Order: sequence, then structure tokens, then C-alpha cells
Amino acid sequence: MFGYSLGNVLLAAFLVPTAILMLMPFVWMLSTSLKSAGEVFQYPPNFLPNPLRWDNYTRLFEVLPFARFFFNSVVVASAVTILAVATSAMAAYAFARLRFPGRDTLFIGYLATLMIPAQVVIIPNFILLRNLGWIDSYQALILPAAFSAFGTFLLRQNFLTIPGELEDAAVVDGATHWQIFTRVILPLSGPALSALAIFTFLFNWNSFLYPLVVTNSTAMSTLTVGLNTLQGQYNTAWTLLMAGSVLALVPVLTVFLFAQRYFIKGITLTGIGGR
Amino acid sequence: MAVTTNVTESRAPRRRTRALRRRTALAAYGFLLPNLLGFLVFTFLPVLAALLISFTNWDLLRPAQWVGIANYERLVADTTFHRVLRNTVVYVLGTVPIQMGLALLVAMALNQRIPGRTFFRAAYFMPVVASTVAVALVWRWIFHADFGLLNSALYLIGVNDPPSWLSSTRWALPAIIIMSIWQQVGFSMVLFLAGLQSVPQHLYEAAKIDGATSFDRFRHITIPMLSSTTFFVLVISVINSFQVFDQAFIMTEGGPANATNTIVFNIYRYAFQFFQMGYAAAMAWVLFALIFIVTVVQFRYQRQWVHYD
Repeated sequence: MFGYSLGNVLLAAFLVPTAILMLMPFVWMLSTSLKSAGEVFQYPPNFLPNPLRWDNYTRLFEVLPFARFFFNSVVVASAVTILAVATSAMAAYAFARLRFPGRDTLFIGYLATLMIPAQVVIIPNFILLRNLGWIDSYQALILPAAFSAFGTFLLRQNFLTIPGELEDAAVVDGATHWQIFTRVILPLSGPALSALAIFTFLFNWNSFLYPLVVTNSTAMSTLTVGLNTLQGQYNTAWTLLMAGSVLALVPVLTVFLFAQRYFIKGITLTGIGGR
Repeated sequence: MAVTTNVTESRAPRRRTRALRRRTALAAYGFLLPNLLGFLVFTFLPVLAALLISFTNWDLLRPAQWVGIANYERLVADTTFHRVLRNTVVYVLGTVPIQMGLALLVAMALNQRIPGRTFFRAAYFMPVVASTVAVALVWRWIFHADFGLLNSALYLIGVNDPPSWLSSTRWALPAIIIMSIWQQVGFSMVLFLAGLQSVPQHLYEAAKIDGATSFDRFRHITIPMLSSTTFFVLVISVINSFQVFDQAFIMTEGGPANATNTIVFNIYRYAFQFFQMGYAAAMAWVLFALIFIVTVVQFRYQRQWVHYD
């Protein structure tokens, strides 16, 4: 099937070099993170450090509390994801399945804010958190990100596609709305819920501007903010900077490589994930 | 729902219907409450607050002072802000078309039956899931004027005075554009790939029988059948690109001499370094207005080139 036709050769001539270019920065990052300080400035550059200097990673944990950054990122991204998916799903159920006064007006309000860039609300949110005394706390990192208008919109569209007969049967059996929600609607929405969860987690794991603004101590920094602190202190210590970058990438890239299908499906389903 | 329609005896059932409706509405508000509360406190009211703040001078130490449209007038006269606007527009125009063009090429190549498809797709997509801060750090290192990977490669192929990239006022913005194209191409590629897979195969076969060349098929089948995907990718990419921040912050801090200062980076500086909340909020509204207008214009003109069916 895969003959050496002219077409296939041309395809390979295009795909192979571009794929190498795409992967090069990751390889270079990993390679630099395993070099000695002197080896970094070698010309021509070499990709295979000899010996492999794993001590860049141990040093990383000595100069800044990277374990703490890691922990903070895990806590914040997980908490936001759980809250956002749960509250969006509940709100989406109300919008998609229940009739109540003011429903359409309220939904238009949700839609209208989707277009407003996050930078518009970051200033009032900062002032609000400051007045609450929440700057530099988990509440500040988690709560403002946890109530997603986008998630509500996405799940509402998905719930609308679920046929109503299933619910009618449940109503005849005397099910409450909560039972219909948890036993009929949620089990039928697996792909949409997991797509929303994956991208909410990813977005918050990688988020930078927001945690940068609402934290100011090292102890409350997330990984991205910690990396920025590292760059501020060791501006040209490339081995250390690259070790930190590898650390921030490994969890997400590992999950991605094992769950590639879900990421791809999620993107085509939601159109999110771009920057 | 089974409600009796007997008009003369409808009193009791009607009351029951009303009670049911009220119960449903109550349940609905219960389901909505957690999200709605958070949405009101952290999104809806802040949007209104941001508008009010943009009409004030407020350094957070003294009470806010109402100044009317003075902040907007200041923006009109602020030459740094003009530079920032121009940088952002150049960034959008430099990133989006190239990124989308490359994404379409790669998607068409990966739409063939070739060995290693999953591997290639993963390779192009990896930068999309990577943290921008982390990859901006490695790109800062790659663009290093003396020891960076890029200039080392340029020396090797005989370029004797390669640009000093991030420390050059001329090359810093192109460098950030290159990095961003690399990071975003996979996102559009995945959407294009999904779009290509939904083009009915029989159209190509029919065209082949009619003797159409592969370029004809691309021009008259692929492009029109893909136009709704292209439109979607374009709108999302433009919106995202207008909000560029992480790269500019990590790789150049907006420099040298404002060469890579973008709207969002400037908002960050004025709000959280100079504590001029009112002025920064006015910039944020200008950003919103820009995104809004560009998006509306794209929707307006879509009818001329987007085919839905």
C-alpha cells in the first residue's frame, strides 16, 4: 500500500523536516537541562551531553521551592476543573432542560460575556480580591477561574442534543430533576464533560498572567510564576531554566501522549485550547 | 405533559400545573445558583466595574477620582500606545495567515494514508498543550544572539552576521511571531484535519472522472468545502492573537525600546506596575472594542466566501 510513489516521497520530504523542526525546541530544552554550565556554550552545539548532568534538577529544588510550585499548580488546576465542570454542568442542565422566568435573558447575558477578553475583568477582580484580603491565597487562584460561562455554553449545547424521551420515561417513574441530571443527562455526556475537564485543567495549569497578578509570595506561586521568578534570579543560567521548563512540561505532555485521542476530539468538539 | 384540557373543570388541574411550574422554576434556580453566583461576582459585575474604573484615576491608595473620558483622550495622544497597537496588529497579521496556511498544508498531508500519521500529528500538536512560559524560555535560549541554536545553525550554513533577534529592535517582534506560529500551528491543523475528513470522498472521485487536475480539485472542492472550518479557525486565531502576553513578557519584557510591547503587556504594566488602574482599564476596553469590531467584520463578510450546507 505504501509504495514509493512520487506523491509519498514529496509528502515525506515535507512532513519529516517540519516535524523535526516542531520537536527541536523540546529536544533542545531537554538536552540543555542535562548539560554542564560550560557545555552550554559549545560551538557547534551538541544535542547529546556527556555526561548527563542530572544535578541541574536537584539544584532546581534547592534554589527555589519547586516542589511547592508543583503542588500549588496541581491543587489550583484540579480545584478549578472540578468546580468549573460541576457548576457548569448544573447550570447547563437548567438552561437546556428546565423552563423558568428570565431564562433566555440570563443566557444572553452569559453569551455576551464570552466575547469579553479576560484582561478586562482582571483589574476589577484584583481590586475585589485585595479588598477581601485574598491576594496570595488559594481562594484567589481558584475561585475567579472556577465559574465558567464558556463551560455552561458548551455543555448546554451538548445537553440539547440528548433526546427528551429518556427523560420522559424517568419523569413517569417519578424521578426528581437531580436524579434525571445525574442518572440520565451526565452519563450521556461523557465526551463533552471530559473535553471540558481536559481543557480547563490544561488552561489553568499553563495560565500565567492571572496567577502572576494575584500572588506575590514564592510560597503561593504556581509553576509558571515560579519559572518567571527563576528567570528573574538566574537570567542566564540556561541549564537551570531549561530544567525548570522540562519540569513544567512533563506532566502535561505525558498525559497528552497517552490520551492524544481525547485531546484531539476535545479540540474539534469545543474549538478551545488555542492561544 | 399529561394535563387535562377540559375547559369547564380545569381549575384544579390548572392550579396543579402552576404549582408544577413553580417547582420546576425553583429547581432551575437551584441548579443555576452556584454558577450564576460565581459568574455575577467574578465576571458580570467586574465587566461593569471595569467600564466605570476606566472613567477614573485610581492608584488604589487614594479614593478613585472621576475624570470622565480623560483616560481615553490620553490614549489617543499616547505615542507609546500607538506603538503598542501597531505591534499587536503586526503580530496578528504576521502570525495568523502563516500559521493557518502551514496548518492547512500539514492537515492535507496528514489526511493521506501514510505510515506514522499519529506520530506526526502528535509532533505538530505538542506545542499547543505546552505551557507558553516554559516554551518561551527555550525560545529565548534558541534566539540567543551569540550562543543560540538558531544563530549557531546560521553560522554553520555561512551566514556571518545573523540578526541578534530578541535584543534587536528590528528582529524581536519577528522572533516572537516565529515562536507563536510554531506554538499555534497544531491547533489549527487539528481543526482543518477534522474539516477535511468531513468532505465527501465521492466529490473528488467524480472530479477525477471529469479529468480535473489535483490543483483543480483543491481549488474547487477542498477550499469551498473547508470554508466554514477556515472561518472558524480564523475567528478564534484572531481573537487569541490580539491577547498575546506570555511570550512578550518572558522573552523580551516588551523590549527592546517597546519593540515587542503588546496591548495586554501594556495593560499589565500600567495596572500592576504603575498602579494606574483607570488608564489600564481604558486600554482593556480599547482591546475589547478592537476584538469586537474585527470579529463583527469577519462575520459580516463571511457570506462572500463561506459556504455552509
